[in-house]
Amino acid sequence: MAKRSVPNIMKQGRLAPWLYLLPALLVMSFFIVYPMVNTIALSFSNKNGTASAATTCVEGKPCWGIFENYHYALTAEMDTSSLPAFWSSFWRSSYGNTLKWIVLMVSGTVGLGLMFAVLADRVKYEALAKSIIFMPMAVSFVGAGIIWKFVYDYGTQQVQIGLLNSIITSFGGKPIAFLTVPQLNTVALIVVGVWIWTGFCMTILSAALKAVPDEVIEAARVDGAKEWTIFWKIMVPIIMPTITVVITTMVINVLKLFDIVYVMTGGNFGTDVIANRMYTEMYINFNVGRGTAVAVVLVIAIIPFIYFNIRRFLAQEEMR
Amino acid sequence: MNRDRINKILNRIPTHAIIIFMILVWVVPTFGLLITSLRPPQEINTSGWWTVLSPPRGSGEYNEYCASCHGDDGSAIPEADLTDPALIAQYPRSLQLLIALREEINGQPHMQDIPIPESQAAADIATYLRRISELDAPPRFTFSNYIDALVGYRGTSTYLKDCEAGTAPLDIHCNTSDILNPRGMGRAFVNSLLVTIPATFLPILFAAFAGYAFAWLDFKGRFLLFAILVGLQVVPLQMTLVPISRLYAQLGLNGTFLGVWLFHTGFGMPYAIYLMRNFLGSLPRDLFESAYLDGASHWTAFYRLVIPLAMPAIASLGIFQFLWVWNDLLVALVFLGGTTPVMTYQISNMVTSLGAGWQLLTASAFLSMLLPMIVFFGLQRYFVRGMLAGAVKG
Repeated sequence: MAKRSVPNIMKQGRLAPWLYLLPALLVMSFFIVYPMVNTIALSFSNKNGTASAATTCVEGKPCWGIFENYHYALTAEMDTSSLPAFWSSFWRSSYGNTLKWIVLMVSGTVGLGLMFAVLADRVKYEALAKSIIFMPMAVSFVGAGIIWKFVYDYGTQQVQIGLLNSIITSFGGKPIAFLTVPQLNTVALIVVGVWIWTGFCMTILSAALKAVPDEVIEAARVDGAKEWTIFWKIMVPIIMPTITVVITTMVINVLKLFDIVYVMTGGNFGTDVIANRMYTEMYINFNVGRGTAVAVVLVIAIIPFIYFNIRRFLAQEEMR
Repeated sequence: MNRDRINKILNRIPTHAIIIFMILVWVVPTFGLLITSLRPPQEINTSGWWTVLSPPRGSGEYNEYCASCHGDDGSAIPEADLTDPALIAQYPRSLQLLIALREEINGQPHMQDIPIPESQAAADIATYLRRISELDAPPRFTFSNYIDALVGYRGTSTYLKDCEAGTAPLDIHCNTSDILNPRGMGRAFVNSLLVTIPATFLPILFAAFAGYAFAWLDFKGRFLLFAILVGLQVVPLQMTLVPISRLYAQLGLNGTFLGVWLFHTGFGMPYAIYLMRNFLGSLPRDLFESAYLDGASHWTAFYRLVIPLAMPAIASLGIFQFLWVWNDLLVALVFLGGTTPVMTYQISNMVTSLGAGWQLLTASAFLSMLLPMIVFFGLQRYFVRGMLAGAVKG
């Protein structure tokens, strides 16, 4: 863009562009830039943000000085007595859970979304099918949480009013408390996330698939390529840039995800994730230093994607 | 020829099966929620929503154990008319019913040669007897859950029944003022609207200004500033909550609409500007050149040319921002909380601290989805277009 002729067409002074930008820049610096800097500063402070975090160290316990909040944020959930104990406590911590969320939800949404986009392309009721899969995007996480809490409902008595447990018991199985059994409950929550976000991935991937030139695919068919081969060897490589974008977008979404966990389990029964933990530290335990330290950890996890986003933007601008 | 066609159809079967299975997984839970919200509470908790159209509970047991003597409708024996509420009121549960069934009538066993039912069957029969005697005959479908949810009724009966009997809780007045009860979804709906409309309008307005500057005006640092903006798109909300809520506490903005409007505006900005700038930048250059030749200033070009032409982008952005704000929980939780509850807050509060029954949860959830669903199905085209234009949002 910089090399392109500058679109300075309008009569304008030096000031005019800045007047147009002023409201946006004001709200953004006040609500995004300033708080980011302030959050980093607060993460080195104590409970109320009045003194350094080093003052919160406990006598006789390991202390990271000014990084004490990070010490807490990173190790409070971990059992560091031995390596196996650490390993198992990690998978029960908010970090382990967030990692499960990232792996399962991103592969689930992108996989199902891609599959559905390819399959729906071949049927007559494509538009209807796609808008049904897309529908949860319009609904709040809270609403989706209620929908699925009801599906997962676990009755202690004979009657199961939850759909899943009713299916299980009708086949003679024992009802399962999906939301309280450790490990299983995180998977149950991830299913809700997949249910909500598959439509998003499907729509973007579908648009990319439609842009694959028909001639390329026809040519492959004429050469006798099987549908499966066409999919893996032709379609996927062509839409790979879009797949990458969808994956990064989903990773960011998962890292920030809070509502589903908050509404369905409140982070209890070993389902906590980073975003919910930040809320708990800040607004339940009222610990400014620890809450902001968790937030900074979250942002550090996102920084690679900020970089990626800018790189992608620069590449797009080159193409324009 | 014919064989080819059959083969083709057979090959398609797995495709259709997978698609239809996925559609079912997507539709059935939502449909179950809708059905449940329309059933009376006692029915919701005793049978799955998929049984809503099956015969009422206990009718099978009644036919098995009782119908041969008492008749299909229960009125065959005049001395023991099962449709008489006064009679049935003596046998409200399996316990009383089983005692009566074990007693002898005129020296004969009550049940004669029919075995006495198990206690579960007896309980179902007791329920069924209450139904045919109209002592307690819940309808198949009812709107009372929606009324209860709207007015924030939390009692053990229903709003309408309690008001009729004059036993309503203290915060229920049984007149139109109940619709604004702070515990109800009616009030929350109004609050959600009051939050969402300005929080949708403001970012679009600001983004139109800024997008225009980025696309068609020249200034120093234009490219750098825009690249920073692209980076800001993915900054998580969590990163900014604490300083802002501390600041709001000092300014007295916690719990105010103004605070939430501004916060949503600030956070919606990077994505909105990105979308606007890309859209406006794709407008033909000649347009602006001829406007200039006609003597238009940048301001005239903005409101006579840019705003009308940008309508598709404004529509996409409007839907996005509307759904984003309407469905948001975190910001509402932190900055509004219980003082001015919005719909998402009200529902999450019912789940996490009030432990409200399914009849209220399902009805409330459906109420909160109503407007987004209408917007979504009505304007899906713009929604998809906006999403494809730039996919990331804080």
